[in-house]
Amino acid sequence: MTITDGGLAEVAQAIRARQVSAAEVTDAYLARIAAIDGTLKCFYRVDEAGARAQARAVDERLARGEDPGLLAGVPVGLKDLFVTEGLETTAGSKILEGWIPPYDGTPSKKLKQAGAVLVGKLSMDEFAMGSSNENSAYGPVRNPWDTTRVPGGSSGGSAAAVAAGLVAGALGTDTGGSIRQPAALTGTTGLKPTYGRVSRYGVVAFASSLDQVGPFGRSALDCAYLLQAIAGHDAHDATSLGSPVPDYLAACARPIDGLRVGIVRSWVAKLDRELAALVEEAFNTLERLGARLVDVTLPTSEHGIAAYYIIATAEASSNLARYDGVRYGLRVPGENLNAMYARTRSAGFGDEVKRRIMLGTYALRSGYYDAYYLRAQKVRTLIRNEFARAFGAVDVIATPTAPSVAFKLGEKTDDPLAMYLNDVFTIPCNLAGIPGMSVPCGFSQSLPVGLQLLGPALGEETLFAVAGAYQRATDWHTRRPPA
Amino acid sequence: MSKITSDEVRQTATLARLELSDGEVHRLTRELDAILGYMESLASLDVSGVEPTTHAVPLDMPLRDDVLEALEPHLPVDLALLDAPKRHDAFFEVPKIIEVTE
Repeated sequence: MTITDGGLAEVAQAIRARQVSAAEVTDAYLARIAAIDGTLKCFYRVDEAGARAQARAVDERLARGEDPGLLAGVPVGLKDLFVTEGLETTAGSKILEGWIPPYDGTPSKKLKQAGAVLVGKLSMDEFAMGSSNENSAYGPVRNPWDTTRVPGGSSGGSAAAVAAGLVAGALGTDTGGSIRQPAALTGTTGLKPTYGRVSRYGVVAFASSLDQVGPFGRSALDCAYLLQAIAGHDAHDATSLGSPVPDYLAACARPIDGLRVGIVRSWVAKLDRELAALVEEAFNTLERLGARLVDVTLPTSEHGIAAYYIIATAEASSNLARYDGVRYGLRVPGENLNAMYARTRSAGFGDEVKRRIMLGTYALRSGYYDAYYLRAQKVRTLIRNEFARAFGAVDVIATPTAPSVAFKLGEKTDDPLAMYLNDVFTIPCNLAGIPGMSVPCGFSQSLPVGLQLLGPALGEETLFAVAGAYQRATDWHTRRPPA
Repeated sequence: MSKITSDEVRQTATLARLELSDGEVHRLTRELDAILGYMESLASLDVSGVEPTTHAVPLDMPLRDDVLEALEPHLPVDLALLDAPKRHDAFFEVPKIIEVTE
């Protein structure tokens, strides 16, 4: 048993108890990255010198008897859309190649303040647009469970790095499932918090009414450590929520006796038999732990994908207008300003990003606005109301996270709509702004399967309680991919 | 009936400041047509009298204290210009945007 086999919580506790030094831990993870990331390609760049310096600083604080922070010495990776001072940040796009940000975003800064060791920047679908990590401009990530398969996306590098033990934890973002779906496909635990729970200052934007930052770990407790460090109001992000940050670590140990767990039968019916059986077994486990299963229906959520791909692309078409070759990133010269814009953007953006900008621009055009964008936002209201009604009857809703196990690289790249349909179970959560978590619940064809837990707004503690109880009763989350 | 024509794809590309090759126009027309067709399902829902959601969690417009110290200082100009593809003194340099005719 080496240190990289453990979860984030164990690593944090071992360093705090001075059973191992932060420097030794960082060396062990860096050695593991050097040994296997050539195959997996989770990292765009590893900041070895920076990581070692941060680890040494933690050891010095510990030696002086100071409190080094909740995440002291814990190696953490960042999806490459978290802005990091002095460390290239590309968001997976050629248009930002070589961009060295002059400041740290709030999530990066809060992790550093909590003593975390930031190991490097992780691969992602370009501008977080994708469900397989194949839209990365710098090559896809491979799933550690089967390197011919995708890790999911868009936070594929974050998920795969945690699954393979290259980092103890990682941050990603989730706009339509980009944390939960890759967590499910890699056998890790991932949480999308309530919209606004974590500041997005210094996080490259995709769709601003949906984007949210969240953690990956091997367990719910790992995620609780990370969320504890990054949650809270930030004067730099007017959409960040002012509600006090509760004790997420304590929430993981709460009993779930009498908790009402909603089951959406029509969602389970979309799965093949083997996946359905695994999810049903997870429901039964929750029942054995004292929860009460209650059927709920979410009929409007069936329209979630259609509403989402209008709203998200419309917002993206506006957000990505900033990449114009003027202030940073790529510039392709043109005879006038408009030509420079168009050439820069056409050379810098990949196919999926162009497709979404086109879709979003079209949906916002006068004459189409009412039929697409406005109608999608009204459907969003119906979906929010539907969840509000459901959470009047249940405390949490348990569903599958993804409609299939990890698919083969290249299997869906020719059919954008087929790729979008992967997000069927994850998207409603983003539209409603509620928190969602994926926890491993078994294997099908030797590949991990995820159980999704949804809670009401600011219901993260309930999700941690359910996931914590489930992970004390099962060992799926402790399984490791073949070395 | 197709939802989008290749002419509409070209017009939309102009609005989005994208230059597309003929091949890209052809492919995007086909792909966007399929995606917009899928979105037809929204037309089956009754949304009369429903308010649109712009943000999932209703927010009050937050106000901070009206003092300069409430936020950190802004980036120094030199740092902000560090990654500029082209700069001139304290400015970002771009191609000329005003046509002068005698």
